[in-house]
Amino acid sequence: MRVKIPTIHGNHIGLNAMIILEDGSTYRGTGFGYPKTVGGEFVFNTGMVGYTETLTDPSYRGQILCLTYPLIGNYGVPSNSITDSYGLPKYFESDNIQVSGLIVHELSTVANHRECHKTLDQWLYDEKIPGISGIDTRDLTKKIRIKGVMKGALSISEKQINTKELLNTIKRTKYDGFNFMSQVSVDKTVEYGDPKLEPIVLIDTGTKYSIIRNILRMGYRVIRVPWDMSFNKIISYKPKGIIISNGPGDPKMCNSTIDTVNKLFDSTLPILGICLGNQIIALAAGGDTYKLKFGHRGQNKGCTELNTNQTFITTQNHGYGVKSNTLNKTGFKAWYINSDDNTIEGIKHESKPIIAVQFHPEASPGPYDCLHIFDSFKALVEQNGSNEKSIHSDRVNGGGKFSKE
Amino acid sequence: MSEEGVKTVLVNPNIATIQTDTRFANKVYLLPVNGYYINQIIEKELPDSIMLGFGGQTALNCGVSLHDEGILDKYKIQVLGTPINSIKITEDRQQFKTAMIKSNVPVLESSPAYNLREALDVADKIGYPVIIRVAYTLGGKGGGVAHNEYELQEIVQRGLSLSLVNQVLIEKYIGSWKQIEYEMMRDYAGNSIAICNMENVLGMRVHTGDNIVIAPSQTINNEEYHRLRSAAIKAVEYCGIVGECNIQFGLDPQSESYCAIEINARLSRSSALASKATGYPLAYMAAKMGLGYSLTELVNSITKATTACFEPSLDYVVLKMPRWDFRKFELVNRRIGTSMKSVGEVMAIGRTFEEVLQKAIRMTDTGKMGLVGNEQDMKEELELVEQKLLYPSDEILFDIVKAMRLGIPISRISKLSTIDSWFLEKIKNIVDMYDKLHGVDVSDISEGLLRDAKKYGFSDLQIGKCLGIKEISARKLRQKLGINPVVKQVDTLAAEWPAKTNYLYLTYGGDKDDIVFRKEKNSVMVLGAGPYRIGSSVEFDWGTVNMVWGLKNNGIKSVSVINCNPETVSTDYDISDRLYFEELSLERILDIYEKERPKGIVTCVGGQTANNLVPKLGELNVRIIGTDSIHTDMAENREKFSRLLDSLNIKQPPWNKFTDLNGAKTFSQNVGFPVLVRPSYVLSGAAMKVIWNDEQLERYINEAAQVSPEYPIVISKFFQDSAEVEVDAVCNGKDVIIGALIEHIDNAGIHSGDAMMCIPPWRLNRQTMNTIVDYSNMIARKLEVKGPLNIQYLVKDDEVYVIEANVRASRTTPFVSKIVGINLISLAAKAITNGKLPDGLNEPWLKISGFGIKVPQFSFMQLEGSDIVLGVEMQSTGEVACHGNSFYDALSKAYEAAGYNLPLSGSALITIGGQKNKEKMLSPISLINSMKFNIMATEHTAEFIKNNITTNVQEVHKISEPTRKPNIADLLYDKKIDFIINIPSTSTIEKYVGMLDDEYQIRRKAVEMGIPVLTTVESAISFIHCLEWRNNNKPSISPLSKYHIN
Repeated sequence: MRVKIPTIHGNHIGLNAMIILEDGSTYRGTGFGYPKTVGGEFVFNTGMVGYTETLTDPSYRGQILCLTYPLIGNYGVPSNSITDSYGLPKYFESDNIQVSGLIVHELSTVANHRECHKTLDQWLYDEKIPGISGIDTRDLTKKIRIKGVMKGALSISEKQINTKELLNTIKRTKYDGFNFMSQVSVDKTVEYGDPKLEPIVLIDTGTKYSIIRNILRMGYRVIRVPWDMSFNKIISYKPKGIIISNGPGDPKMCNSTIDTVNKLFDSTLPILGICLGNQIIALAAGGDTYKLKFGHRGQNKGCTELNTNQTFITTQNHGYGVKSNTLNKTGFKAWYINSDDNTIEGIKHESKPIIAVQFHPEASPGPYDCLHIFDSFKALVEQNGSNEKSIHSDRVNGGGKFSKE
Repeated sequence: MSEEGVKTVLVNPNIATIQTDTRFANKVYLLPVNGYYINQIIEKELPDSIMLGFGGQTALNCGVSLHDEGILDKYKIQVLGTPINSIKITEDRQQFKTAMIKSNVPVLESSPAYNLREALDVADKIGYPVIIRVAYTLGGKGGGVAHNEYELQEIVQRGLSLSLVNQVLIEKYIGSWKQIEYEMMRDYAGNSIAICNMENVLGMRVHTGDNIVIAPSQTINNEEYHRLRSAAIKAVEYCGIVGECNIQFGLDPQSESYCAIEINARLSRSSALASKATGYPLAYMAAKMGLGYSLTELVNSITKATTACFEPSLDYVVLKMPRWDFRKFELVNRRIGTSMKSVGEVMAIGRTFEEVLQKAIRMTDTGKMGLVGNEQDMKEELELVEQKLLYPSDEILFDIVKAMRLGIPISRISKLSTIDSWFLEKIKNIVDMYDKLHGVDVSDISEGLLRDAKKYGFSDLQIGKCLGIKEISARKLRQKLGINPVVKQVDTLAAEWPAKTNYLYLTYGGDKDDIVFRKEKNSVMVLGAGPYRIGSSVEFDWGTVNMVWGLKNNGIKSVSVINCNPETVSTDYDISDRLYFEELSLERILDIYEKERPKGIVTCVGGQTANNLVPKLGELNVRIIGTDSIHTDMAENREKFSRLLDSLNIKQPPWNKFTDLNGAKTFSQNVGFPVLVRPSYVLSGAAMKVIWNDEQLERYINEAAQVSPEYPIVISKFFQDSAEVEVDAVCNGKDVIIGALIEHIDNAGIHSGDAMMCIPPWRLNRQTMNTIVDYSNMIARKLEVKGPLNIQYLVKDDEVYVIEANVRASRTTPFVSKIVGINLISLAAKAITNGKLPDGLNEPWLKISGFGIKVPQFSFMQLEGSDIVLGVEMQSTGEVACHGNSFYDALSKAYEAAGYNLPLSGSALITIGGQKNKEKMLSPISLINSMKFNIMATEHTAEFIKNNITTNVQEVHKISEPTRKPNIADLLYDKKIDFIINIPSTSTIEKYVGMLDDEYQIRRKAVEMGIPVLTTVESAISFIHCLEWRNNNKPSISPLSKYHIN
């Protein structure tokens, strides 16, 4: 289909703006989006494309995101009415922007793309999120790398910036030890897909649409349940398997999910954990998690599968990790490790059909190189968790890097 | 490879490149890269394995032929890296298409054709316009877009003859699509990664070599980026690539359609760019992959801590801009399209599109101060500008600005030019900023506006022009306001991990430097030469690298290099202590100088670009390490240099400077025509010209040049039939070491860059040599040269005249160093660091065995329309050299290395203008006859041959008389001619006057058909003697010797 390509100019730009970090560092820039003051944990992401997918990833709840790539907003923001063949939004990972604030070096004041519906500043404005441009994002990133993630506040305003308000905001800001689940999980069960298909329960601790998309792609229907749904209620759906999603914050805050997963271990149900789901599984098994200095956020991270020594480029977005030395006696062992710092990027159970990855096999944003994780899970489901051999066999689909998309 | 203890034999006849420095490979053979010679070398060296992916298309083609001829099997040689079968899949259009379909990657509708009839049928089926691609050639050579049958016929005929397999591919033309490329790495274990993606700003319409390329892509979203990336991985997996490759996609901006265009299963120009753009050393990694390493076994050479199996994340943007040199050629078609015409490129790093665009324009060193503010910004007719958007030339960016000035809406500019509106909006930002700056008074310019201008890449010179102040005042103004660039690192991981290397750029897109500047007394900055172009090429890269090494060897603690050419080794971040990938402009050099506070700057290895900066740097009290600015000026300034020669009693051809036509005429009549004219301002065509009479002088000055007090012209006596000699030497202010006397094989009148040259001199007598040596010593001392020096001499009737002296490394420095075995730049490094020069180096060029001969490499084929007759303007784009036991041993190999075939039998076409030339060619033609060549000649030449040599001559008819048979055009197309001697009427020097269109047609067609054409008496004679020598001898095969003195 031939279309006219829209070119749209920004409207909500040119405001006063300032950042203050917990350590006292300040940065001044130009504000865009919605004028207000917000606090949050400052993190950076090194991905070069995919800001619409990134900003709507619920794992960013409570965080102010610095994008290291300097030119942002070039292709604008598509309409959320554009959906894929499953009826899910094609370019968004949830229904809202999830970050508390956005930091960029340069905001493109003009957007141009076949699918462009509005500019980035307009989108932020509509969703009441502040953004700041003109920041030495490389310097800010180095600061976070050296000192570790820290809290801070961002203010944008038509008037002079009130420094006091920024400092107060930092004081009020909670991240560690805060439970974000009520903000990101569904209140009640939502179903996707053909009701005639076999069900997979997705425990929603802040899921991305692409996880739902991939479950549908595998040929199941999805029962997306609240993060704190009880074991009995989950079992009552007669699921063929369980997926625990990604999500924000400290995994130890998800007590009830951890309890439920612990009970699920005793069922024969295949389980797949993704990101936060990986940490929840580790905690449920008696392992421990810890906070990384500045996390892993980007689309270029090599992860090595320990059985085959094959390395895959993955999308990552996590601030916490599984402590590898706490896996002893949990029945789990390391499955994937980060090729840069050797941290745990995936675990699997020695005998049960339970696998989990710290990275994002559903991609979006980022490379589609690990969709095979879903296929491995599907294989576990198809063998109904009864054949123990399956989980030890490696990539189920014959070892090709690409499964059918 | 040497890290792994692997012994290497490198074959490459490119004399000037740092690659053929004997310190890189264990053995270097300066020999042609073709089946015959590689076979000989294999027989001699008996290697275990061969790498084909590092020598461009030439090496790849050679490897395939070695395999097909069974040579690799015979000697049990393993191909390291991408196997032959995979190469064949990527090279053969049909196999490639099948492979892509099998790996579920879409391709365009297309079909191969092996003859014209088939081609016409295919084009009818697909529908015009179609693009014709030629299988197995260099740089899209010979391809083109056909809008109708007529154009198809022209392109297909040429393409079929150029293809090694007589195959062309006819394909749907998708000029309005985006052109996106990925650089991929894959190891034997099957790990695949995308190192860099790149977007071609001018879209699919223009060959990537001639395109403005930005990395990473700017206008595509996550889904498109990763859809193409996944397709790239599937494609390289299916093809079985091992090491590095480039894959090109077309992406429809208006739909979800895309297609794979081609895979280059080798290191390419794009890979060099991707390496520099990301900091990921692709060639190094590809070599390791070839040796069997997996990506996961290797570490990121920037962090030295993280894995090499990752994809670089950029926190800056990179823009590549081609450098064209159309101005050097008459009649050339300046349009850019599907075949590559640029001769070099630059790369700019920054943090906004506007910044990198303006930096890159300046880096090309074509006299532009950026996108806007240039002299040539004249108004033009709307219709003409629209035509220029539709059919882009090398001036496309400036035509876009013109279009904006004429009020053509961006949507229309985008439609005509197929450039994404996002880029055009950014260009508009620069135009708007220019207007804003123009509108303010210097006294009330705000800090904010000035800072924004700097963020948009405006130079001090540009800002000064807008505000009506000098460059230095603009600089002071901004510095007073605290507006300074910051130094950032290229680190592959967007600051996520600390970088252990100093690969740096400057930007206004930031507040803080990435590195700490400590006062290091013992530090030196070295200026590189910028983009490759005609007259400044790989020789200065060799010089820069050798200078860095030389300085380190002479105790300099920290050496920084400034250069902006992504194709060089001097811009590898592991060569110097600090690499500034930056503009070679006064402003940027000062910015870096002020931060680094070095001992001084070395300007003598950066060619004329660096040399031209010396006076300005001198004025600002920047210390030059080497010949000081006063003496540099003395060599550069004609009048001062003349006075210097007069004081030494050394002759030079009479010359003078004129500001009006009358003075010019009188002088020319007095010294006698011909004269050489150098205008300071050229309206069209080439700058330097040989003029033969009053009338011509008048016409030239009125039409092509300009003469006024502001733009004076320099006229000098032109000596016909004289020999040219060059000297490369090193001096420390008092002691002089002469590396060699080099004699031109052609007579004077051919630009020294285009001339064939020989070490040692083969015709000069002892006395002349002594005179030249004496003069060189005198001039070097008088100029107080510290470092390298090149002097050009004319010898006419045993009298020696000086043409010019350059107090810097020259084009021939690596030629002399490698052939004579004395590294002149190592000596220069000693000389400029106040070291002592070694004693006892008496006439080393006379002590070498045999001869070293250098032959230029031309790119006429790529330059549609250009004439190949040589003149005083340099036209070659490269050079080769071979060493031989005898003169003709060396020369015949060098000819072959430059791509000439040396036919030992067959037919020669001879057409010679003018009686004098005919007479000179008498005995050579007899020789051709005695070698049993069938001789063809045009009317008058045939008559001359019949009367004087032999009746055995076939008369043929001019291309302009197509009805008269046998016709040269048919004979050319039917490959019935093996070489051509075509010497234009009066002399080669008459290029622009006496050039008959018909002779031009012969030369042009021959170039297009790959048939050797000799256009001067001297080159024709030496060529014929080479054929004679080859009839009775085999070429020698021996490696280059190491430097005796390093």
